[in-house]
Amino acid sequence: MDIKNLIHMANQIGGFFEAMPDREEALLGISGHLQHFWEPRMRKQLLEYVDAEDGKELKPIVVSAMRAHRNRLLPQH
Amino acid sequence: MLEQLNEKDFGTPRRIAEQEVTLEIDGMQVTVAAGTSIMRAAAESGVNVPKLCATDSLEPFGSCRLCLVEIEGRKGYPASCTTPAEQGMKVRTQSPKLQELRKGVMELYISDHPLDCLTCAANGNCELQDMAGVTGLREVRYGYDGENHIHSQKDESNPYFTYDPSKCIVCNRCVRACEETQGTYALTISGRGFESRVSPGQDQPFMDSECVSCGACVQACPTATLQEKTVIAIGQAEHSVVTTCAYCGVGCSFKAEMKGSEVVRMVPDKNGHANEGHSCVKGRFAWGYATHQDRILKPMIRSKITDPWREVSWAEALDYAAAEFKRIQKKYGRDSVGGIVSSRCTNEEGYLVQKLVRTAFGNNNVDTCARVCHSPTGYGLKQTLGESAGTQTFKSVEHSDVIMVIGANPTDAHPVFASRMKKRLLNGAKLIVIDPRHIDLVRSPHVEADFHLPLKPGTNVAMLSSIAHVIVTEGLMATDFIAQRCEDKAFQQWRDFVALPENSPEAMQDVTGVQAELVRGAARLYATGGNAAIYYGLGVTEHAQGSTAVMGIANLAMATGNIGREGVGVNPLRGQNNVQGSCDIGSFPHELPGYRHVSDSTTRHLFEQAWGVEIQPEPGLRIPNMFDAALDGSFKGVYCQGEDIVQSDPNTQHVTAALSAMECIVVQDIFMNETAMYAHVFLPGSSFLEKDGTFTNAERRISRIRKVMPPKAGYADWEVTVQLARRLGYEMNYAHPAEIMDEIARLTPTFHGVSYAKLDQLGSIQWPCNDDAPLGTPIMHVDQFVRGKGKFIITKYVATDEKVTRKFPLILTTGRILSQYNVGAQTRRTENVQWHEQDLLEIHPHDAEERGIKDGGWVNIQSRAGDTVLRAKVSERMQPGVVYTTFHFPESGANVITTENSDWATNCPEYKVTAVQVMPVSEPSGWQKKYTRFSKAQQALLEQAQQGTT
Repeated sequence: MDIKNLIHMANQIGGFFEAMPDREEALLGISGHLQHFWEPRMRKQLLEYVDAEDGKELKPIVVSAMRAHRNRLLPQH
Repeated sequence: MLEQLNEKDFGTPRRIAEQEVTLEIDGMQVTVAAGTSIMRAAAESGVNVPKLCATDSLEPFGSCRLCLVEIEGRKGYPASCTTPAEQGMKVRTQSPKLQELRKGVMELYISDHPLDCLTCAANGNCELQDMAGVTGLREVRYGYDGENHIHSQKDESNPYFTYDPSKCIVCNRCVRACEETQGTYALTISGRGFESRVSPGQDQPFMDSECVSCGACVQACPTATLQEKTVIAIGQAEHSVVTTCAYCGVGCSFKAEMKGSEVVRMVPDKNGHANEGHSCVKGRFAWGYATHQDRILKPMIRSKITDPWREVSWAEALDYAAAEFKRIQKKYGRDSVGGIVSSRCTNEEGYLVQKLVRTAFGNNNVDTCARVCHSPTGYGLKQTLGESAGTQTFKSVEHSDVIMVIGANPTDAHPVFASRMKKRLLNGAKLIVIDPRHIDLVRSPHVEADFHLPLKPGTNVAMLSSIAHVIVTEGLMATDFIAQRCEDKAFQQWRDFVALPENSPEAMQDVTGVQAELVRGAARLYATGGNAAIYYGLGVTEHAQGSTAVMGIANLAMATGNIGREGVGVNPLRGQNNVQGSCDIGSFPHELPGYRHVSDSTTRHLFEQAWGVEIQPEPGLRIPNMFDAALDGSFKGVYCQGEDIVQSDPNTQHVTAALSAMECIVVQDIFMNETAMYAHVFLPGSSFLEKDGTFTNAERRISRIRKVMPPKAGYADWEVTVQLARRLGYEMNYAHPAEIMDEIARLTPTFHGVSYAKLDQLGSIQWPCNDDAPLGTPIMHVDQFVRGKGKFIITKYVATDEKVTRKFPLILTTGRILSQYNVGAQTRRTENVQWHEQDLLEIHPHDAEERGIKDGGWVNIQSRAGDTVLRAKVSERMQPGVVYTTFHFPESGANVITTENSDWATNCPEYKVTAVQVMPVSEPSGWQKKYTRFSKAQQALLEQAQQGTT
């Protein structure tokens, strides 16, 4: 998949949830959204990008969410 | 012979009142609701008073003088249509004097009427003829040689019906239908006395007038004055079948009037709950595509898209498709294939496609074209209210005091609902329109918006937050409702957020481009004007913040307590006929039927037991993800039923590159659509007239479509999916779509009570329909929200990345018009092209002048995705800086320009905001030249197959 597109989409998701006053809720919201709506190969690729390049083009809140809830983003099968 | 076609006409509309009155009609005791006319009271008790100007779809008029009656104790002979029934009244509908009066009236009518009954198109279905019989007319004392209209010239300008003034009895039914039923006011009676004649516009031909060809006048006409051309050509029907229109999300009920298996005409069903006897030009007249010569009726295969098609048997085509999918999965893995199903398909077809993907393919890579229209509605309403659906009936608008229309153009896209809405507006409801364009509802005959907020495209969320700011900071909230019905913590957070000064209309003025005072006025009206309902369309959903805007709308409804009763609510106007249904029955890659996530093990287990396979717990690919995966080489095959992704999805060149990278594309469609040109297997589809099934409209209303002719290619679509699944190794066994619905009902709590038998009994059903609501649910969230407590969600405005620049200084927004529908595959193959034969670029005069663009001249529209060339239409409907086009013609390439920017939550494309430059040119774009070459080459490959040269 085009990683630039995945980064763009993930940042859009971050842009929505970062308005939440409760940061933990926002991090859960981001990771939950990725888990529930992104196909595993997309999540896997974005996780690899976070691991390899520190998620440098991702919003910090997206990187935090992915790291805080890494297990739920790993493909289940 | 025709009696069974025509339902009983009670003469005047039904009245609803708590009080009843009892009267005596021809010696019988009759009890009716107060306000009921004598004519209707008589009809309800089986006594038919003669009539011509009265019909039960229109308010009484009292002009024909045929319905005169005698009332004991009253002088004269009052018209029964305009006289209300009263307690204790004694009425006689027949007497020698009444007969004499009626006969006298008929003599006058007939003295100026052609006596060509035997060759008249209305023969056997003419109320004038009937009344001549009823009144015992045997002679016309005045003769036929006096002044008359018999040689008046016919107006045949409309492609679907004729106007023959010689047969007009000036009953005004057509004029009243245009006003009362349609709300267009295109017709009037011109002239006085003997000169009186029906006149479209200013004595213009119908096609030059404001007439929108809804057919209400034709339906109301008691003679052959306004007559369908198909009836003139082939005669009256001999039987009829009730079915549902296959166009927009209003889901109008029609009677398909038939001669054998040939459609004579489609007549709106007055018992249809969605439309109550009304129609638009598409459903009423534009059904000829179903038998168009372009239909592909034989299965075809080819190994490469540069190869000629080869017509083969169904068995060979299905074997080939199945073998290819198996080969691809073996080579590239289980997840390398998927399915796409159109929202034009039936519930049963959509259910089978997602079942095939989840069982035979073994993955969740299934999606529906709701992805590109209302997927944000599903997401946003589920999060806030708990159910991915609108909250009301269409009829509910009759109880609205304030109507807010956001990002929707109902008079073009949902015309039958627009007529209902206009009727309510004419009766005093207030109107707020939030739209970048000056749509018809902003100002049209007898309707004018109280507020028009002409916001900049892409700023819906800013606007909704501003409105919320006013409601919160001015203390206009429904505090009791919120306290009882909504989550407190979420509400407090939302209230604090919208109250921030940055969300005020004044602060947002530069963002939205709308004066703060207008926003404040609209917000006050919405919050304090009584029952307030929001209707919205793709102008809300097709944005980078589409889902956020839907949640913003739900927030407004909750904050003001405008939810859970008649006249209020959140009402998504769905684009296609079965958008709601396609989402309901599990066509999204993350949800099983009934909006239950695939990760929910209880639900998955239920389906695993029923289907006998393991279901993957992870979401599959959405349509845009499929394209991306195709381009990276991990998605190689797709089964595409009824959807034209090449024409309808954004960034056409991205889509075609993705399809070109795939190894097996199976298209099931009635026409060789744009996607089929990239396909390897073509499976002929069946039109809505050739199969049984159900559609679910924007009100959650499930309605039957019924087969009126055999499938032209041999199989209904659901049968083809069953056969493909079998060849893929998964056995499906259904004898009829009713059994598919039974399975959906068994496995889906909101559908537990739905069956074809119940649909036949009730006419239609709004889900949820189960033990708690055996007759369905007209209004949702009445006592509590589906999710328990309603959830306010913070909706922070985030500007789209699609920004205007010096290179691309204008914003393009796209939409559709009345006479055409979606990609135009259906309407382009009808006479509707007479209203719209090409897509145009609408541009404000200022922007046009600045660029030297003339009305009608060719212009190039360039975005970062691509460019195309259209003719310009200089129009003050546009605001400066915004241009608009439709996407009904493939050669227009409207989606060559749109980008793959999408909604953050659902990937619904941002069709409504594309930064472009527009300049005058003299030749087609490079893409259009390439498209023309490709299209011609594909047509040649098709013709080779059809001529048997391959």
